[in-house]
Amino acid sequence: MHGPTAAYTQHDMKRFLGFVKKEFLHISRDYRTLIILFGIPAAQILLFGYVVSTDIKNAGVAFFDQSKDEITRQLTDKICSSGFFTKTGDLASQDDIDRIFKKGGTKAVVIFENDFGRNLVSRGKGEISIIADGSEPNVATLVTNYMTAIISDFNMDLAGQAAGAALIVRPEVRMFYNPGLKSHYMFVPGVITLIMILICALMTSVTITREKEFGTMEVLLVSPLKPIQIILGKVMPYFLLSFIDVIVILLLSWFVFDLPVKGSLALLLGESMLYIMMSLSLGILISTVSGTMQQAIFISLVGMMLPTILLSGFIFPIENMAEIYGWISSILPPRYFIVIIKNIMIKGTGFLYVWKETLILTGFTVLFIALSVRNFKIRLQ
Amino acid sequence: MRTILYLIRKEFIQIFRNKFIGRAIFGVPIVQMLILVPAVTFEIREVRICIIDQDMSTISRSLINRLEGSTFFRITNTTFSEEEGNRLLLEDKCNLVLHIPENFGRDAGLGKPAHLLATVNAINASSAQLSWAYLNGVIRDFNSDLIMQNINYVQPVQASVININNRYWYNEMLNYKFYMLPGILGILVTAIGFILAGLNLVREKEIGTIEQINVTPVRKHQFIIAKMVPFLIIGLADLTLGLVIGRIFFHIPFEGSIALLFLSASVFLVAVLGFAIFISTFSGTQQQFMFIAFFCMIIFILMSGIFTPLESMPAWAQKIDLINPVAYIMRINRMVMLKGSTLSDILRDIYSLAAIAVFFTAFAVRRYRKTA
Amino acid sequence: MKENVVISVRNLVKKFGNFTAVDNLNFEVYKGEIFGFLGANGAGKTTAIRILSGLSVPTSGDAVVSGFSARRQPEKIKQVIGYMCQRFSLYEDLTVRENITLYGGIYGMSRQLIKESTAELLGRLNFENYADTLISSLPLGLKQKLAFSVAVLHDPGIVFLDEPTGGVDPVTRRQFWEMIYETASRGITVFVTTHYMDEAEYCDRISIMNEGRIVALDTPAELRKKYNASSVEEVFVKIARPNGRLHTA
Repeated sequence: MHGPTAAYTQHDMKRFLGFVKKEFLHISRDYRTLIILFGIPAAQILLFGYVVSTDIKNAGVAFFDQSKDEITRQLTDKICSSGFFTKTGDLASQDDIDRIFKKGGTKAVVIFENDFGRNLVSRGKGEISIIADGSEPNVATLVTNYMTAIISDFNMDLAGQAAGAALIVRPEVRMFYNPGLKSHYMFVPGVITLIMILICALMTSVTITREKEFGTMEVLLVSPLKPIQIILGKVMPYFLLSFIDVIVILLLSWFVFDLPVKGSLALLLGESMLYIMMSLSLGILISTVSGTMQQAIFISLVGMMLPTILLSGFIFPIENMAEIYGWISSILPPRYFIVIIKNIMIKGTGFLYVWKETLILTGFTVLFIALSVRNFKIRLQ
Repeated sequence: MRTILYLIRKEFIQIFRNKFIGRAIFGVPIVQMLILVPAVTFEIREVRICIIDQDMSTISRSLINRLEGSTFFRITNTTFSEEEGNRLLLEDKCNLVLHIPENFGRDAGLGKPAHLLATVNAINASSAQLSWAYLNGVIRDFNSDLIMQNINYVQPVQASVININNRYWYNEMLNYKFYMLPGILGILVTAIGFILAGLNLVREKEIGTIEQINVTPVRKHQFIIAKMVPFLIIGLADLTLGLVIGRIFFHIPFEGSIALLFLSASVFLVAVLGFAIFISTFSGTQQQFMFIAFFCMIIFILMSGIFTPLESMPAWAQKIDLINPVAYIMRINRMVMLKGSTLSDILRDIYSLAAIAVFFTAFAVRRYRKTA
Repeated sequence: MKENVVISVRNLVKKFGNFTAVDNLNFEVYKGEIFGFLGANGAGKTTAIRILSGLSVPTSGDAVVSGFSARRQPEKIKQVIGYMCQRFSLYEDLTVRENITLYGGIYGMSRQLIKESTAELLGRLNFENYADTLISSLPLGLKQKLAFSVAVLHDPGIVFLDEPTGGVDPVTRRQFWEMIYETASRGITVFVTTHYMDEAEYCDRISIMNEGRIVALDTPAELRKKYNASSVEEVFVKIARPNGRLHTA
């Protein structure tokens, strides 16, 4: 009784592996897909490491100096030589302010009052106005903060040592986990999370929908392979490729940005596998509700890209959002993976700190697969 | 011309015949705008703080009271052990640990330097800096109060003061929605146009209908234009929809000329659609197109200046951005909508966009082969 | 006959890399005739017909179709021909009427003319009930008939049909050939490729292709006589498999 079943299973397995191999060859022959598969994550990581930065550098600032004395000249020089600001112009009148803002390129205007220098020296009080372009609120805040700091500094220098003694409370700060305050500590985990879910969901949903759209799915369905084997066979190669992707990204972030995995590498890879599996099952789910590739791509890209970038904590911390977004983002799986990866990679914590998130991701995977199976059955009936 | 109209009509019928796509091109932007625009903020709502007060003096109490009174800080934990504080930071139970060592009150009372230690979770570097700046502000105020109180211990110093008053123009309250709405709208319009237009042409190649078109006397530019116009119209319709939503739900101001915004948006859309179709002439399957589109779009969007300031990018990256249509439209949107910039202010940007549009469309027409 | 030549092919060669798909073709097609192109799959029929329709540029040699060179004026050729490709390529997500209107519009027919032609076409095919049906829900036979009617909608001088009856049932094939006859009787030259040998009998003249070359060209009757065969099929077998072994193209 046992014998024939085992033989059958073995035969079955062989057929299945053959199918997987065929699918794998199919993908690896298309060099364009391969380039993109590995090019996207690599380019993205480099982009975030070298190009995109949340800091202020060379922000345009214009001066409306009504005093034009030695002190305003010094202060102007100090501001412009700080590296944060570049001078975009000297304004002659109040009206110029609006004009220069409307042209773009100027983030703030610094106004020195009449006789600024003389007032400061003789009366001990000078007035400066900073007008920032509020149409970019984040830049406006940063520019104002930096500018204020530079001016206070300047004032301190002017006043000499005397002012320093006035400080009683001396705060010191330690920046934990990221002492260099580098933005890629934030971006690397985010990029892995974003890219993996989009690529996996896209690839699976599109390959399966393609078979449906061109009618080749029927052919596969009448083959001796079981539906589950067909789906697995289609998904398996992408699982492997995505996993290699994760490794490529981790190596890049280590060698290029000096951002090694602080915690257990094995745990991180295991969690990545779980996340990839979750993303692939999401892709399968999308394919069960899409009739055409166009639709699958639309859902995976237009539908998922922005919410993932904005609500997963990738760039914008969820805790700063209104309460309701905590709830909305809790149905977005990437949110949990970002926590996992930050904990393991940067904080170096163990499984104890991420078991909840792991459980939730497992739950999502099971849910997506269950829904896919249900949709699939409904259609077969 | 008549031929183009027949082709455009066909495209529209096909787009809206697909029930999902027909609804999604308007539904997705509406839903995403309503949900995402109010979500995003660079502001810090509150900094969760853990206090390690080993001093327990009146002075340390008054510092803690001051932090409690501030809108930025919420004291989530108090403890006496440094280890406990670190653990809370590790578990993300707080963002900042403030350690007030023994003798803090005594030193401060004597007018001697009194030390404080703040430990900040700095994984998100900009948040960390911001929270530290807030804390520093509170401490600075606390400091001046101490000086006033302890005037007998400390010689008051006659230092000059520079008064800085700052104002934000065009968005006085720094309402992030005014900033995010044009940005998110721009991204949505880009994504929809880019993906649908590009896929559309590749799809015709993949299912073979293009063969029947290629054997007709249709001119190459007619076919390409007919592929672009419907998505141009849909893009502008989405834009209108987004602006109406912004007006009704988020009370977004509109300082400049609507006509100017639509003019820029049209040029922008032609550039994006031209680029999409240019790519689609290289792709044999929708899958290939999708990957290239995904790649380009992510780069376009992340380098558009909406999430990070453009000026902070290295010079070479800013050069690359010269051909990134999304960077132009983000800037133009903001300038026209919030600042009321006029045509002469954005003329250079419009010229550049037009150049990109002409370049890619011309190349798309050139690359598209009716005869192999 | 000479003044009635509508297609004239001279030393036509098409190579894809090292592979020669069409190898030095020379022949002429006369006005109003049904010209059959026979051959096994991969014999080069489709490549040849694509060159003649202006979809593909010859590697060397040339073909003159209705006075236009396939090498230099492919777009001119496209104005005067109709073409039905091997793979069904009308828009599946458009209705019958929408497809007809689209192609009428592309060929520059007036709105009025499109309307009249549509009505006439639907009547001829007994398609009135299907006018507003999506193409995707039509059976293959109807699709092929429609594709043919659309290919001759604008009254071209020549119509090229690439395996028009592939996968179609015998009854529909029969009806299809009636349509071809009817078209030819209107003075439209029909250039048709097929691998159904029985269909070859319906042609005025046939040419048999093998490995990119024309190995025989004449009327079906002449060919049968020449090869001492009872049917074109027999002729084909004798030519294509001269040694009696299985020929795989």
